[in-house]
Amino acid sequence: MEPNNRWFIAATVLVALLLAVMPLPHHWLWFRPAFTALLVIFWITRMPQSLGVGFAWLVGLLEDLVTGATLGTHALALAVLAYFSLLTYRRTRAFNPAQQLLWVFVLVGINQVVGNWVHSLAGKPVPGLTFLWPALTSALLWPWVAPGLSVMAGRLQVR
Amino acid sequence: MLGLVAAALIAINLYTDWLQPLRERLAGFVAPFYWVTGTPERVGDWAGEQWRTREELLEENSRLKRQVLLLEQRSQLLAAVKAENTQLKELMNSADTVDERVLVAQIIGISPDPLEHVLLIDKGRDDGVELGTPIMDASGLLGQVIEAGDSSSRVLLITDASHAIPVQVLRNSVRAVAEGTGDLYRLKLRHLANTSDIREGDLLLSSGLGGRFPAGYPVGEVISVQRDPGRAFAEAEVQPRGRMNRSRFVLAVIGDRNDSLGTE
Repeated sequence: MEPNNRWFIAATVLVALLLAVMPLPHHWLWFRPAFTALLVIFWITRMPQSLGVGFAWLVGLLEDLVTGATLGTHALALAVLAYFSLLTYRRTRAFNPAQQLLWVFVLVGINQVVGNWVHSLAGKPVPGLTFLWPALTSALLWPWVAPGLSVMAGRLQVR
Repeated sequence: MLGLVAAALIAINLYTDWLQPLRERLAGFVAPFYWVTGTPERVGDWAGEQWRTREELLEENSRLKRQVLLLEQRSQLLAAVKAENTQLKELMNSADTVDERVLVAQIIGISPDPLEHVLLIDKGRDDGVELGTPIMDASGLLGQVIEAGDSSSRVLLITDASHAIPVQVLRNSVRAVAEGTGDLYRLKLRHLANTSDIREGDLLLSSGLGGRFPAGYPVGEVISVQRDPGRAFAEAEVQPRGRMNRSRFVLAVIGDRNDSLGTE
């Protein structure tokens, strides 16, 4: 990987982590998009040769540390997510925007399910299907996030 | 493979506290994130402070002066009562007294996880905060420290669903345990004896049992009691006294537990 790439990717990870802890009114917390999940999907779909499950795992571990979640929660969830994105990156690229949106919903949903599973292991009350809201908000954010990052990455010649 | 490592980490984290020192070591890395994301709010506060008129400031000043006067008068009364109390305790030959030092801390972040009620404060081990240090605001107990870094710590609020605090009723010293519900404005007393004397409006203080929290700090007020003859126990709902959602500054009660009597 060229140094240019590395810096840009690190910067996007940093921004995603910041967004992940940004203070929100208490009732909106349920709807916070899973920014790191979006980022992992984006980078893996864009450069599946150089980024993989390990990258996602590392991002997840950082997120666990920063958010104070049980260590390994996001690491596991994002690693699973990364595995599925790696399997399907060709299709994801070929999808039209609507299909992509739906697919991102499914992927982030998987991420949320794994996270939720750890939550219930930890004995925290999980009200119904509310844990899937972030999947919806993330999917709705995708049409803005992906082209935006694409343009920036293109300018910086990140391949 | 990495999945396994993550699963192992989760297991270690959930069922042991081996990772606690690591997390506390890394608190210095975590705090800046909250500091950065808290910037807009701080700028807002600062701007609000800057653009206040002279009249507002004067008015506030005189209000504060009146308040100080009132509080001073009350603290004089308290000193007399305290001396008397120490004397009585000496007569009864009982109970240790607790000498408490209070530290003002600022909230620098709140946990992004809606399922847990956790705050980040800007004081840590360097300032004397330890694991289990009680945190309160001007009106009541807020919670306790669950992770003390060098210069920041994480505070679990008493309303968190995994938290419980031993309390007693001010009126008649009936004891109970107030559990968090995951709702910022509710605590619950479960497993009350059907005959226990608890009413609406009763003030609950920390009882000091369990040794985590010092005794005598206000926790909350009973707002309803459900007695169902068909059930083995009565339940009560409690509104916490501390303002979980609004405080900006909190107090860390750093108690030097003294076994000797008569310390001031």
